[in-house]
Amino acid sequence: MGTWAFDEILGTDGASRPELANLVDWLADTPPDELRRRQEAAESTFRQLGITFAVYGDNDASERIIPFDIVPRVFLADEWARLSEGLIQRVEAINAFLDDIYGAQEILKAGVLPEDLIFLNPQFRPEVVGIRPPHGIWAHICGIDLVRTGPDQFFVLEDNARTPSGVSYMLENREAMVRLCPELFGQLRVAAVDSYPDRLLETMRSVAPRGCGQNPTCVVLTPGHYNSAYYEHSFLADSMGIELVEAADLVVDNDAVYMRTIAGRVKVDVIYRRVDDDFLDPLVFRPDSMLGVPGLIAAYAAGNVAIINAPGNGIADDKAIYSYMPEIVRFYSGKEAKLPNVETWRCREPEALRYTLDNLDQLVVKLVDGSGGYGMLVGPTASNGEIEKFRQVLEAEPHRYIAQPTLALSTVPTLVESGVAPRHVDFRPFVLSGAKGVQVVPGGLTRVALREGSLVVNSSQGGGTKDSFVLLDEGMKQTQTMGPDGMTQEQSL
Amino acid sequence: MLSRTASSLYWLGRYIERADFIARLVEATIRLDVLSARPAGEAAWLSALTVTDTEAAFKATGASLTREAVSRFLTSDSSNPGSLVRCLDMARMNARAVRIALTRESWSAINSAWLVFDKRVARADTDRTLALVDAVKHETRGFEGALHRMLRNQTTLFIRLGQATERVDDTARLLDVKYHLLLPEGAEVGGTVDRDQWTTILQTVSAVTAYRWLYNDGLVPANVIDLLLTRSELPRSVAGAIEEVTDVLTQLARRTGTNGEADRMARSRHARALKTRSGDVIVSGLHQHLQAVIAENDQLHAAIARQFKFH
Amino acid sequence: MRLSIDHRTVYAFTAPQGRIVQLLRMTPSDTHDQTVADWQIAVDCDSRMTQHRDGFGNATTMLYCEGAIERIELIVSGEVVTSSSDGVLRGVTECLPPRFFLRTTPATAANQAIMSFASEVSSGRDLAALRRLNTAVRERFADDCGRPEAGRTAAEAFVLDALTPRDMAHVFIAAARAAGAPARYVTGYCDLTGDHRPTPHGWAEAHIDDLGWVAFDPWLGRSPEEHHVRVAIALDAGGASPVAGSRLGDGVERLEVDVTVQGDD
Repeated sequence: MGTWAFDEILGTDGASRPELANLVDWLADTPPDELRRRQEAAESTFRQLGITFAVYGDNDASERIIPFDIVPRVFLADEWARLSEGLIQRVEAINAFLDDIYGAQEILKAGVLPEDLIFLNPQFRPEVVGIRPPHGIWAHICGIDLVRTGPDQFFVLEDNARTPSGVSYMLENREAMVRLCPELFGQLRVAAVDSYPDRLLETMRSVAPRGCGQNPTCVVLTPGHYNSAYYEHSFLADSMGIELVEAADLVVDNDAVYMRTIAGRVKVDVIYRRVDDDFLDPLVFRPDSMLGVPGLIAAYAAGNVAIINAPGNGIADDKAIYSYMPEIVRFYSGKEAKLPNVETWRCREPEALRYTLDNLDQLVVKLVDGSGGYGMLVGPTASNGEIEKFRQVLEAEPHRYIAQPTLALSTVPTLVESGVAPRHVDFRPFVLSGAKGVQVVPGGLTRVALREGSLVVNSSQGGGTKDSFVLLDEGMKQTQTMGPDGMTQEQSL
Repeated sequence: MLSRTASSLYWLGRYIERADFIARLVEATIRLDVLSARPAGEAAWLSALTVTDTEAAFKATGASLTREAVSRFLTSDSSNPGSLVRCLDMARMNARAVRIALTRESWSAINSAWLVFDKRVARADTDRTLALVDAVKHETRGFEGALHRMLRNQTTLFIRLGQATERVDDTARLLDVKYHLLLPEGAEVGGTVDRDQWTTILQTVSAVTAYRWLYNDGLVPANVIDLLLTRSELPRSVAGAIEEVTDVLTQLARRTGTNGEADRMARSRHARALKTRSGDVIVSGLHQHLQAVIAENDQLHAAIARQFKFH
Repeated sequence: MRLSIDHRTVYAFTAPQGRIVQLLRMTPSDTHDQTVADWQIAVDCDSRMTQHRDGFGNATTMLYCEGAIERIELIVSGEVVTSSSDGVLRGVTECLPPRFFLRTTPATAANQAIMSFASEVSSGRDLAALRRLNTAVRERFADDCGRPEAGRTAAEAFVLDALTPRDMAHVFIAAARAAGAPARYVTGYCDLTGDHRPTPHGWAEAHIDDLGWVAFDPWLGRSPEEHHVRVAIALDAGGASPVAGSRLGDGVERLEVDVTVQGDD
């Protein structure tokens, strides 16, 4: 399948893309041994820093780093501009959807979504029905997972509207690239990503509850240093210059949140939480849990604290909801979605089921509420026996499944044992939503499947990361003077 | 600063200091043991257990009072909560919880000290034990250096507060136990005694050279007591550690703008320490004095925990 | 009729607590058939209370107590004037649509035994069918007047001989949902359950097409009339429990609850 794929630097048929001639030359001129030396230097720094990524169910995660690839992935300025528009539109729709679904539920009244998809979905949290977060923003930080199949063919694979991780990779990978390949930055005009912490802090401050003054107190809430993403939590708190707190550091009194400091209690206005809804407040979510901050939801409901991202967001990035995102975007924006979904057949619909059953050998079939690859069929690699067995399961409970085509993911040259060779990639850009609008950081997390032909980019299964360059061109210089660092910013207020 | 962070930094300071103290104690005791006849050697190990308050715990293991057994118990025995390895374990755990407050250099010093035990779990013969405690001392010195290169902010102050508080306790215990044990039956307080035994005490608090600088009349127990009890020039003396505690608390008060129970207790203790004359203490009862120092240090520790809301 | 309620809850701790935060679902709201004439929550220590409404529409109170607390007593007292609409609920603001209450929870999940029981006694989800179900639950079990065991599920309760009102309501809810009727748990008070009860009363509500929400009290074997005061609803008893608490301190807690409801025509 690898031979079919679009290569983002070399183009199709090996005819390299003229805009990236500098990079192609750099690749040709730098011997693989030199690339390898630099890559090892970067990985050694990451190891020292203890940069780790969430690998669930892996106890050694804290001692692991994800492989880093020295060859960057590049977006042209106009590609990025189009991508940004699509991302902003999608995230605006996600926010509007959350605000609606926990409020007036107009989208259900209009019959766009089946009611049961929401009400019988465990991700729909009755605990936050009727609560409106400060400034009506729910998904302050979204990580939208994209795949690409051609120069202008981007598809959304998954929305992450809860606590998307990986942004520390975007920043640390760039640090490493600037240090190890300075010559590249002389040849290519690359948009800076290092203002992300400032942008994030600005976003947090913008959604502080009204009446907490010019200088709201913001904190990052972590499950603790045993969590596998702890490095990222501490990195973010550190680079924003705010406290990294654990649940035990917070107390709620009279519907306000305070942190316990050596000088007494200090009121907290905005919490960027990196803990799941279930562990936010034991009085509301998990009475059996000793974790969490008792009373936090009461303070939130009283409008005295902003929680980033808002509790209850899981309903927006659920797989069952995903397939309706084009309709959701259309409902709230009145326009067609600029970024398409990967084509999805909902097996609950008889026609889609028929198509799926007829094409099982070419499709990926997933459980709506499954995760970690359970209850999944990958048609092209499955045996006839497996397909026939799955057919019975699917026919028995079609409403639990969706089907998607297997995509020819784009490739990027990557340093491997034998030299530089194409490997499949995906992409997670980060989108920030604050009271002043939605912005996309010009960069993101590129994950690469290091095994030849593999489409699996997960770090637990041989995936690595790359830096993601967004090029500035003459047109982008204008934007740059308006918003520093080439941040595409849309003022919605 | 978060109370939890302050608490972890303070405990990090205490545990790293205790680890360093145990390393020195074991090293000095080995030296004394090697130089002495058998019964004196046994007594030296017993006193090391008494100083670290682990006499009963050691008895419970059923091991006999040998150099090998005790030095293993005090260093690499992870079932002994007072052992070197457990102190380093606790230091590292606290450091990990405040990882971002520390510089990479200080963190790796603690981590390396902890890793010393990872590689040497085998038998505790004398050479190996000496190499082990030497490695630990090397790393704690590295930590001390890294600490000095860190910003002089609340982070370093809380670590130093923990270290100084621990030091008061360690030196007072050392002096209390050794003095009674080492003073030979019938020997006059203030007379000249066995150099080796007194050298052990000075070595444990790294004060052999300081002693020579400050006193000209050879090894005299009253002088050793004077040095360890009242000379604040010596960082590991009781007076020096008491001064450091007061000093650190004053700096913290300036930064946090609060002045509480612990500050008042520390200042009053410091004022009394300045007036303490070792001669008077020896006459009126060194043991009682040291017991009072230890008890007051515990009270101050509790006051610190309350003032900075460690719980 | 006029019902007066006296509901005392005492928490005694073996070690003093530094802080207590509790979420109380202890305040009834007015409905077509219930008017709250007087209602008070009193606490015997320094505390702050704030009023909220949760996602189910229940009135909730946040209680914050500070300081060394060895014992805390909550006294809920009030008077409610009730009338009867044969169990049909009216005048309640619903925050969630009926279909939401088809969700199951671990405590109200129907197993094979409950499902066969449900289909034996009645089929369908109309009023008559749910009435038959209610009566059948009543007839199947003897009364257990003790305190309900924490965490017991409907499936675990179903094999026992005697059940508490809570467990009977859980069995009813599990069976009703299995039959396709949205159902929910109600916590409240009833003057027919006897004095000095160790817990507030609990029953169920099921949604019937064209009729709306209707209350069923399996413990009494009929629909509540004017003897019930409805306080809070949720998917199961855990979600509607009068107190969800958290404390900061060591030791264990001992809980004493005493509920007395008196009816006066």
